[in-house]
Amino acid sequence: MSALKIKKGATSHSAYNLRPNYSDTIEQHTLAVLVENEPGVLARVIGLFSGRGYNIDSLTVAEVDHLGHRSRITIVTSGTPQIIEQIKAQLGRIVDVHKVNDLTVEGPSVERELALFKVSGKGENRIEAVRLADIFRANVVDSTLESFIFEITGTPEKIDAFAELMQPLGLQEIARTGVAALSRGAV
Amino acid sequence: MTKAMTGAKMVVQALIDQGVEVVFGYPGGAVLPIYDEIFQQNSITHVLVRHEQGAVHAAEGYARSTGKPGVALVTSGPGATNAVTGLTDALLDSIPLIVLTGQVPTFMIGSDAFQEADTVGITRPCTKHNWLVKETDKLAATLHEAFHVATSGRPGPVLIDIPKDVQFATGTYTQAKQVETHYNPQVKGDLDAITELAKAMETAKRPVFYTGGGVINSGPAASQLLRELVAATGFPITSTLMGLGAYPASGDSWIGMLGMHGLYEANMAMHDCDLMINIGARFDDRITGRLDAFSPNSKKAHIDIDASSINKVIHVDIPILGDVAHVLEDLLNVWKARGRKTNKEGLSKWWNQINEWRNVKCLDFKQDGKIIKPQYALQRLEELTKKHDRYITTEVGQHQMWAAQYLRFEDPNRWMTSGGLGTMGYGFPASIGVQMAHPDALVINVAGEASWLMNMQELGTAMQYKLPVKQFILNNERLGMVRQWQELLHGERYSSSWSESLPDFVKLAEAFGAKGIQCHDPDALDDAIMEMITYDGPVLFDCLVEKHENCFPMIPSGKAHNEMLLGDDSTEGAIQGAGEALV
Ligand SMILES: Cc1cc2nc3c(=O)[nH]c(=O)nc-3n(C[C@H](O)[C@H](O)[C@H](O)COP(=O)(O)OP(=O)(O)OC[C@H]3O[C@@H](n4cnc5c(N)ncnc54)[C@H](O)[C@@H]3O)c2cc1C
Ligand SMILES: Cc1ncc(C[n+]2csc(CCOP(=O)(O)OP(=O)(O)O)c2C)c(N)n1
Repeated sequence: MSALKIKKGATSHSAYNLRPNYSDTIEQHTLAVLVENEPGVLARVIGLFSGRGYNIDSLTVAEVDHLGHRSRITIVTSGTPQIIEQIKAQLGRIVDVHKVNDLTVEGPSVERELALFKVSGKGENRIEAVRLADIFRANVVDSTLESFIFEITGTPEKIDAFAELMQPLGLQEIARTGVAALSRGAV
Repeated sequence: MTKAMTGAKMVVQALIDQGVEVVFGYPGGAVLPIYDEIFQQNSITHVLVRHEQGAVHAAEGYARSTGKPGVALVTSGPGATNAVTGLTDALLDSIPLIVLTGQVPTFMIGSDAFQEADTVGITRPCTKHNWLVKETDKLAATLHEAFHVATSGRPGPVLIDIPKDVQFATGTYTQAKQVETHYNPQVKGDLDAITELAKAMETAKRPVFYTGGGVINSGPAASQLLRELVAATGFPITSTLMGLGAYPASGDSWIGMLGMHGLYEANMAMHDCDLMINIGARFDDRITGRLDAFSPNSKKAHIDIDASSINKVIHVDIPILGDVAHVLEDLLNVWKARGRKTNKEGLSKWWNQINEWRNVKCLDFKQDGKIIKPQYALQRLEELTKKHDRYITTEVGQHQMWAAQYLRFEDPNRWMTSGGLGTMGYGFPASIGVQMAHPDALVINVAGEASWLMNMQELGTAMQYKLPVKQFILNNERLGMVRQWQELLHGERYSSSWSESLPDFVKLAEAFGAKGIQCHDPDALDDAIMEMITYDGPVLFDCLVEKHENCFPMIPSGKAHNEMLLGDDSTEGAIQGAGEALV
């Protein structure tokens, strides 16, 4: 018996990089995941992302319904459209997950993040920092003669922009909460 | 009715209420209260295995051969870590299991106590779900919920970790029917999608059913409906390794297993079809081969209960989320109501083409000379056992593939094999689990000598419980599948793929009080097999076979279905380039 149609050493392909022709543009999506507030549920979600090699750009979690025992995890993730679909399906099959919403595709949504910035400096820099903070509607929540802590809320882009401006003015430390998001309009 | 009882008693009570008859386990300090309760009742039989891995595989064999969940009970720390391979195996093959582990008392958790391990942490990625129960009052409800989760939707293993103080303390027993659950996966498929599939079936010229383990998971009704659908349409049907038996091998439309070591006709049909109907299979890489060359010209439908299986590797045109039996029932109704149409002319041409492929006779081999060919051994085993009430388990390797190719399965739940994880050491304990469920059946584990040695300690279990499991070892004195890959891929450099220093299997059997048979002569094989079948007790059958036989057909990694290797004479350079990196 002999092999049929086999071209010897013909392929230079690997099955792993031969996904069919989905769009391979990387998209960023914000997912709202309503979960049972059980011990280990966050570990399950994070373990899913690390175990299957998905990206986490931002993650926040807190109880949102004490009586109903529910927490909301907001995850910003990125990947090809096919990977995003997989992530949603994989999240959906976790037993403790009640609901997965893709805020990026399910109509308009509001995204906000809170950040604290520690900036130290004297003279001109100090004045410039306060001036910029004012433009960005950041509040001063702590101050010494040589430093400020600014509190700022906004989209992640706004916070990134603020960080860039603070950098040359003596930025010491940033603490960011990660994104919280809700779809716009009535439920 | 609620009742007060200790946690340990709740465990036993919940198992009884859930209809459990057999528990496979191994005791230790952290589960002693539960063992004490087991001692004081007669409803549940406990099978003492010789290694916790064996307990979990035995529970898998029990589950797969009955359709009921399997139950295992092990102690904390090393007991739990020994169960990890079995849990992972069950997760990949969608086998419903309830594994109970003991844990150090709640007030010692986190203190590196004796035999403490973070069991829920370790097993989180290898269970469908797991729980650490810290209050006795919640224990019964959790146990009932565990059975529900393990058996609903896509089945899988679950684990409950029970600290010792929770076992000792008294609490209120919750009845199963009082337990509320939010976990209720969708079983009915979308009717529009089902209608779309029915329409596609009416016009398809080259349709093929590609069925998988999901049909077995769905239960006997699913296999029945599948048979009806295939008979009514006359479409050819192939199956994955995991789905064998859902449609009978003797059925008119059966074209054999597909995939890496599947039949030529099945793979060619998959490659050339114009309508592929995937029923409960997951486009595994053993099936698809090179993805960009996978069935390039077909419309694809996929029936699966797990949304994450759909569009995971292969994009499908008609996704149907639901349980196989439910969807097939609706599909049959819709297709019948629309007039039971198929493209008769197209189909008849398609069958002519398939019959041409069949004529290649890809499983032919020559048994000549004085050395038993493994294929021949299985052919004789099939011939001599097919009329029996027979269950087959396997280990992992070439023998497993030959068993899939040369044994024929007429019914579901008769074939237990480790497909997804490919766990050497699975088959022997699994055969013990199967025999516990079917005491009068003929249970045979088709094994390789290397795999069999991985859980050989279970011979003690088989003896203790008088389980007449037949261990049919195709002994090639090689890690055969590894050796085959080294031959094809690594210039015949057989690095560590010799099974050296093998025991005398006959003496080994005798040391346990079992029967050992050795056979090396093709002419003596039938008598030896008959001796194995008729012996009332466990048998270790050492079948000495051709050492360097390769398993064909084979689609080399990274190749397309129509680039299949059929025999030894054309394998040089078969796997080159990036295909080498694949497993
Ligand atoms: C050495 C070796 C070689 C192998 N070679 C081959 C080979 O040549 N051919 C081959 O086929 N396999 C082979 N395998 C096995 C392979 O690795 C996979 O395990 C197997 O192909 C998967 O089978 P499946 O697609 O039927 O999926 P399974 O793993 O059985 O998964 C079942 C699918 O059905 C779904 N499902 C479950 N329950 C239901 C339900 N009630 N309703 C609807 N859907 C449901 C699940 O969500 C899942 O998607 C080999 C394994 C080994 C170890
Ligand atoms: C636990 C485990 N370790 C390693 C492997 C890799 N492996 C796959 S097949 C095989 C050889 C099996 O040899 P044997 O049981 O003698 O069967 P044969 O292939 O010779 O029929 C090995 C080592 C595996 N599948 N499982």
